[in-house]
Amino acid sequence: MPFSLPFPITPELGVFAAMAGVAALAAVGVVFFQDAVRSALCLVLNFFVLAFIYFTLSAEMLGITQIVVYAGAIMVLFLFVIMLLNLGATSAIKEKLDAKKYVGLGLGVVMAMTIAVQVIPALASSTTVRAPDGFGSPQAIGRSLMTHYVFSFEVASILLMVGIVGSILLAKRRL
Amino acid sequence: MQGVPLVAYLSLGLFMFTVGTVGVIMRRNPIVIFMCIELMLNAVNLTFLAFARYMPAKVPSAMLPEAVMSGQVMVVFVMAVAAAEVAVGLGIIMAIFRLRDSVDIDEMNLLRG
Repeated sequence: MPFSLPFPITPELGVFAAMAGVAALAAVGVVFFQDAVRSALCLVLNFFVLAFIYFTLSAEMLGITQIVVYAGAIMVLFLFVIMLLNLGATSAIKEKLDAKKYVGLGLGVVMAMTIAVQVIPALASSTTVRAPDGFGSPQAIGRSLMTHYVFSFEVASILLMVGIVGSILLAKRRL
Repeated sequence: MQGVPLVAYLSLGLFMFTVGTVGVIMRRNPIVIFMCIELMLNAVNLTFLAFARYMPAKVPSAMLPEAVMSGQVMVVFVMAVAAAEVAVGLGIIMAIFRLRDSVDIDEMNLLRG
């Protein structure tokens, strides 16, 4: 065999590959669909499959949060704004075919290659799970948030409140 | 789930991040650009969680519980920031649309020097 993988091919890898393929296709769909509604639906699919990938990483709490916050709240907000601005297929912004597209694709490929050659060979042999059992449970995350990260937690609450006030201010036609 | 190497998760994260970057550069619809930013944030979340589970660096075993939790907690904060960012950003897009009756990102050049 001319070259061999540094990790064994297992059935779990096949399951992961199926989910990763769907997530990757949905990600490509977000960029290449002209219709904004189709992009948003692709993004919902991507977030949903990503939640299952979080489950395979035994991060149950964050997988459920992913479905509730991203696939639920954030995507509803996106679809709501798309409908409100009436940016459907009939009034889609005409995408010009200019140099920006090729430059963007080229830059993306260069960036991916640069990161890949740095990261992947160095970490290719890492297959053992070192995290203890139950590290993604709600209890563990809640305890961590309330002890070690309590200051950041409070700052995040202030950020969310400022976000609420700011979005109301922006959305009001006249104060 | 055992038997999946760390690089599988990292490759998916890298691919999603790249697609998001390309989308931000290529597209002219600001809502789609926002979606691409969400895509990039999710790619980073996936990377955080993968590293939190596999812990490839030489973290001593005594510090492992805290080191594992730091990845999870960071994802919680990224989600909070993303929610605030989307609320404010979509508000700005709505305000621009009311002002200009168009959301084409290439026509937004008022701040050009």
